[in-house]
Amino acid sequence: MEKYGWAGYTIICILVVLACGYVITGCSPKDGESTAGEAAAQVIIKNKGSDTMVNLAQAWAEMYTGITSTASVEVSGGGSGTGVAALINGTVDIANCSRQIKPKELEQATQNTGKVPQEFIVGYDALAVYVHHDTPLNKITIPQLAEIYGEDGTITKWSDLGITHTNCPSDKIIRISRQSNSGTYFYFREALLGKTRDFELGSLDLHGSKDVVEVIGRTPCAIGYSGMGYATSHVKMLEVAIADDAPYYAPNLENVLAKTYPIARPLYMYSLGEPTGEVKAYLDWILSAEGQKIVEKLGFVPLANN
Amino acid sequence: MNILRKKSAANLPFSETVIELFIRLCGLSSIIFVFGIFFFVFREGAGFLFNGLGLGQFLTSPEWYPTSLSNKRYGTFALILGTFSVTALAMCIAVPFGLGAAIFVSEFCSPKLRETFKIIIELLAAIPSVVWGFIGLTLMNQLIITVFNAPIGLTMLNGSIMLALMSVPIIVSIAEDALKAVPDSYREAAEALGATRWQVIYRVLLPAAKNGLLAAVLLGAARSIGETMAVLMATGHSVNIPSGPLSWIRTLTATIAAELGEVARGDEHYQVLFIIGVLLFTITFVVNLIADLVIKGIRQE
Repeated sequence: MEKYGWAGYTIICILVVLACGYVITGCSPKDGESTAGEAAAQVIIKNKGSDTMVNLAQAWAEMYTGITSTASVEVSGGGSGTGVAALINGTVDIANCSRQIKPKELEQATQNTGKVPQEFIVGYDALAVYVHHDTPLNKITIPQLAEIYGEDGTITKWSDLGITHTNCPSDKIIRISRQSNSGTYFYFREALLGKTRDFELGSLDLHGSKDVVEVIGRTPCAIGYSGMGYATSHVKMLEVAIADDAPYYAPNLENVLAKTYPIARPLYMYSLGEPTGEVKAYLDWILSAEGQKIVEKLGFVPLANN
Repeated sequence: MNILRKKSAANLPFSETVIELFIRLCGLSSIIFVFGIFFFVFREGAGFLFNGLGLGQFLTSPEWYPTSLSNKRYGTFALILGTFSVTALAMCIAVPFGLGAAIFVSEFCSPKLRETFKIIIELLAAIPSVVWGFIGLTLMNQLIITVFNAPIGLTMLNGSIMLALMSVPIIVSIAEDALKAVPDSYREAAEALGATRWQVIYRVLLPAAKNGLLAAVLLGAARSIGETMAVLMATGHSVNIPSGPLSWIRTLTATIAAELGEVARGDEHYQVLFIIGVLLFTITFVVNLIADLVIKGIRQE
């Protein structure tokens, strides 16, 4: 009889995973108290969404808690889609999103809560193309990247890029990517391939911005993309050109602000309806010079007018 | 003492009914849960399963493009192969080790060593799967790169080793119980006939305990098929038709875990993930059914 017990156990394990996903997409669980210890009389601003932005949102929340006594901010990640889902259910005050909200989601949120989500661009994220620091390659073009990542792409070996990669005996390019519904994946795919072509299957689809850089740092044959702020000493960021005959630009503050670096995207925050009270104060502070300083500190790119 | 006993005796009919009802409910609950879970999972995916998703394509196409903007394709063939290959390789590693350890514990150990051994094996079973995943991601990754000169260590082999380590405790404890259940008279009779220790094990114990041993192996396999976190982290999570132990793969469970968090509810992609849940459910059901039939067949012999 024990056999059934174990089989059931396995099934339940799987279903718990399903159920968790269900809960996450369906309704927002009570967020972890990331800024715990504040008095109960304060207004609590609930902030949820993009994994790319979670460190940034956390840093803002911590800083903001220090300068105000009337509000505290609860931050949790889970992904852009998760944040928007919570916004649709009306369980968060601000959703973080590393992509723009979809028309369908906007409509759902309006229908469900009676309020129209308002969009705020709070900074920029440059996606850097990373390789292992031993790779004898310093620059790459968008068309080359498209052939590396795109379906039926023609570049599969390092020698196809015109280099001899001595630390990668197999010469095969190992493509590191993200799980197929992350905001980063969507953005990178569109920047490379537009809306009609897909990525070639067989890439390693990792689960977080940090994991990508971590794995590339251990893998000489690898190439991958992740936020500019995640660079470590084991990896190298490539300079990128929009076309074969265009100039190359390194992923750094100046180039992103000048809009010359080709793969940078805005980071969004969405509030339910026109923000009021503490939420408005918080968003205003984020957009202020002080809030934008934190953006820069965490390796993202602040808004141009600051 | 006497008074107490009288009192409870007086209450007996009532408490008896309550307890019986409760136990009956407990018994029924497992059936209700299993069917309830199956129903709800199935209901989430049913709309798309019968209306739009080609079952043939779903099961035989290796093209998994759930978020494509131009041409969405939901083929799980590569994922199914991934699940089966990583489980099969894990069993190749875990079965010899698990059964070997079980034979050692039940036949060769001194009682004191056996207690220590069992505690350690239980400890092995208590390690959370995410910790195994972490070991796979860091330690085993590096090891595989060094030993096999592979470009990257996040491979089927890595996942299989993690799964093997996770299912060995199950195999050991159940197989050991099965061996213990073989009457001592069998061993004594065999030894009296002049059998060596190896002959006793090979000719007498293993055939006598084969039901239990088979159950142990199948439970280990079921654990591997259902495992999510460790394979998600250790196998590279790549939609690939596996070509060898060093190819990187993706499993059905890992796909659900990685993608369900970010899909819009009620979306096609969301429904497909639930259909994958139904598929997993079916696979486990079939594994159990086979186990049942095999065991029954053995009994009838």
